[in-house]
Amino acid sequence: MASTEEEVLAGLAEIINEETGVPVADVQMDKSFTDDLDIDSLAMMTVVVNAEERFSVKIPDDDVKSLRTVGDAVRYIRKVQDEQ
Amino acid sequence: MSSAASSASPSARTRVVVTGMGVTSPLGGDVDSTWSALLAGKSGVRRLTYDWVEMTPIHIGAPVAVEPADLLTRPEMNRLDRTGQLAMIAARQAWAQAGFSPTREEDPLVDKDKLGVAIASGIGGVITLINAYDTLNQRGSRRVLPLTVPMLMPNGPAAAVSLEFGARAGVHTPVSACASGAEAISLGLDMIRLGRAEVVICGGTEAAIHQLPVAGFAAMHALSERNDEPERASRPYDTERDGFVIGEGAGIVVLESAQHAAARGATVLAELAGSGISSDAYHVAAPDPDGAGAARAVRAALADAGMTTDQVAHINAHATSTPAGDMAEVAALRAGLGSGVEQIPVSATKSMTGHLLGAAGALEAVLTIQALRTQTAPPTINLDHPEPELSIDVVRDQPRPLDPNRPYGLNNSFGFGGHNITLAFRRAS
Repeated sequence: MASTEEEVLAGLAEIINEETGVPVADVQMDKSFTDDLDIDSLAMMTVVVNAEERFSVKIPDDDVKSLRTVGDAVRYIRKVQDEQ
Repeated sequence: MSSAASSASPSARTRVVVTGMGVTSPLGGDVDSTWSALLAGKSGVRRLTYDWVEMTPIHIGAPVAVEPADLLTRPEMNRLDRTGQLAMIAARQAWAQAGFSPTREEDPLVDKDKLGVAIASGIGGVITLINAYDTLNQRGSRRVLPLTVPMLMPNGPAAAVSLEFGARAGVHTPVSACASGAEAISLGLDMIRLGRAEVVICGGTEAAIHQLPVAGFAAMHALSERNDEPERASRPYDTERDGFVIGEGAGIVVLESAQHAAARGATVLAELAGSGISSDAYHVAAPDPDGAGAARAVRAALADAGMTTDQVAHINAHATSTPAGDMAEVAALRAGLGSGVEQIPVSATKSMTGHLLGAAGALEAVLTIQALRTQTAPPTINLDHPEPELSIDVVRDQPRPLDPNRPYGLNNSFGFGGHNITLAFRRAS
């Protein structure tokens, strides 16, 4: 079942907080994973693996590269959920 | 190099001191709590409650007294194998005691280009390895986390500590089974003597209370099967000993050139006066019953420190409670120290801590320093029926004051593979 934008954002924020220590409140739609949240490529892949499990989606590595901001990821996850 | 320089006497060499110590052990979450429990003769061995315990014949062990999750953040817990978690906890304690700034940023008290790390593990990140293997089999390769390799590699804890404090003089992870922690401290000594570092964070960490290593050690009949009396299972030198008890934890010391420590006004806890290393080339797991290799390590440590048997106040023995190992070490001490060995109080602290494998030598280095600092030899518990041939003076049941006229303490560590290491510490003056 598709999640709301708020649900996906909250879920991502929780995963990012647990993996990197970035406060949940700092994980907002317009934040860049690399520039604002200081998430390196290994941490990003860890977030992706956890997000795939949590939201029951697949995020191919090629698509991960296009996810620049948290908003990109939220929209991507919701789109895949809608298509399933 | 001139011949004079290559044959410099110990007194002419760089002196190396200990300025910080950290421990997380089965007896306590730091040095003081571990030491207090040790003096009180408490055992850290207990019945294990993990769900896998019934898979192996061994149901006892010595887990750390304080769980890492109580001290580390969730990201730290997620990014470090348990060996890294324990090492980080002990390293932070040692670094704080040494009086340096607790960050990786530049610090006026230490040039980070001259700060090294040597943190060992006997087995490495085995819990991460096996959990990742289970994930791979059960949920596929996509679910194997990207940090799996940095977490499971044996140098993971050393690397994590170097990142934590910005150490740039080199990061090392000697692996020599149960001598690993002592070898790391010996390597730290070398790094400073060679001028490669002024300060080295060194020691050992181990977290292998898991069904696979336990099953492996059990298959060798190396572990005590005294499941019904956990506190009485580790009993070095006792005729009823039946193997060691697997423990976990970490011990870290901050080594520093004496000159560097003096220049910044640091408190010196002890001097690391010397180290002796040898190898048995006898058998991959069994000790040489004559203790010849270990005796050479003892003699090498005395020579390196420029000391004699009658200056030794205390020995923290390797003494794991295995039928073969304990008495081979007695032979080694007799051969290595010669006449006069009977006058030296020997403590077998594994009777209380269990055997921390690659962390054992580092934990026991800290305990040897504590003995010198407090002038007290900790007791050896469970020595109810001493071996008839036990011709050394084992401190039984109660702590004992040290001879104040003898400034040195020795710490022995031996490992599968025939590794023998003796560290010689001198009381701070």
